[in-house]
Amino acid sequence: MMSNTKFILGVYEDEDILLSAITNIRTAGVKIHEVYSPFPVHGIDDVLGYKRSKLSIVAFLFGVLGTSLALTMQIGMMGVDWPMIIGGKDFIPYPSFVPVIFELTVLLAAYGMCFTFFIVSDLKPWAKPRIFDFRITDDKHVMAIDLDQNKIDVAKIDQILKDNGASEVNKKTFDEA
Amino acid sequence: MSLIFWYIGLIPDFATIRDRAKNKISKSIYGALSFGWDGATKTWSRYETVALVLAGLATPLVLSVHTIVSMDFATSVIPGWHTTIFPPYFVAGAIFSGFAMVLTLMIVTRKVYKLEDYITIQHLEMMNIVIIITGSIVGVAYLTELFIAWYSGVEAEQYAFLNRATGPYWWAYAAMMTCNVVSPQLFWFKKIRTNIAATFVLSIVVNIGMWFERFVIIVTSLHRDFLPSSWAMFYPTFVDVGVYVFTFGLFFTCFFLFAKFFPVINMAEVKSIINTTGEKAK
Repeated sequence: MMSNTKFILGVYEDEDILLSAITNIRTAGVKIHEVYSPFPVHGIDDVLGYKRSKLSIVAFLFGVLGTSLALTMQIGMMGVDWPMIIGGKDFIPYPSFVPVIFELTVLLAAYGMCFTFFIVSDLKPWAKPRIFDFRITDDKHVMAIDLDQNKIDVAKIDQILKDNGASEVNKKTFDEA
Repeated sequence: MSLIFWYIGLIPDFATIRDRAKNKISKSIYGALSFGWDGATKTWSRYETVALVLAGLATPLVLSVHTIVSMDFATSVIPGWHTTIFPPYFVAGAIFSGFAMVLTLMIVTRKVYKLEDYITIQHLEMMNIVIIITGSIVGVAYLTELFIAWYSGVEAEQYAFLNRATGPYWWAYAAMMTCNVVSPQLFWFKKIRTNIAATFVLSIVVNIGMWFERFVIIVTSLHRDFLPSSWAMFYPTFVDVGVYVFTFGLFFTCFFLFAKFFPVINMAEVKSIINTTGEKAK
């Protein structure tokens, strides 16, 4: 089934104007689909009402997994599978396990977090992203407003965007299967 | 770990190149490399968290990697390798030689790509200050090794270090000391550490010095061990030289490919700092 998604795009050149515009536009009752920027704008998450990303918790959990795997593996190999008598040393010498524990913890934390990031943000080599404006990856910020999610009249949204410092207001339609 | 840290940093810039690409082939290649990056605030917000956590994980990794490499030497019983100072000494040496190598490559890249406005003299000066500090730490480590060898009272240790400094490989030891400890001290002079040509020359001197450090640690410790009957000199075969030349080829091939096709400066990061769109830009 084909469906058309129509967007109104407000193009902003200055991140300070953008930040105040977001607050004003949201108080005017317009629902913002998303804001696209060439670089991370500080403080934009708060004005858009986004919560802090939980990816650091994900990293911690993967780190715990790495630690447990490293411990289980080494205790299993050195203590259970193949205990070796070397000068009366303990079969499970924890100090010498530290490097492997550390490396596996860091490795799983990093890769686990990054792959979770790719999955939740839908980043993959074969992704076909919606490109609202080619200048987003250069020097323009674009605020996208989904018309299906807003009951306000198009002309009015247009006016609100212009009143709040948008340098251009464009329309874009995506045909999506 | 380094691979993913490196790649994550490149993703937004691949998207920039994708959107500027003029032909279909490069558009689709950079499109795949950029993983469909669209610059959404939500993604940026997650991206920042990821970058922060990765940096936090990678920092102790610098210590652990070099510490463990040095412990591979330190846990052996070869005099000259069997020293407890190796872990901090290798970490300092790694930062020292890393900064020198980056300076060597960066000064040339900066000139060729005309990046003088992005990589300023101040950046070079700061890097040179790190080189003085780490070079001096390495110097202290060399002297500590000598002192401890003498102070330990172990004959084999004492001989290993005496032989290192005054034996048949004295020239390698002298080259290491001059290049790594003496030459970076020139950076105490502001005129020298803010001079690009001098920095370039000294960075190469440090690279050579760090090569000699490895040579001294490995060759001079092994060429005379406990049995005088197995004492020998080291003569590289054509295979040794070939592998050495190959490493240069491999490194520079990868480096040049990177410089040609990938961004040499992280554009998204620079944009957020130089305020291209902010109030201060006007």
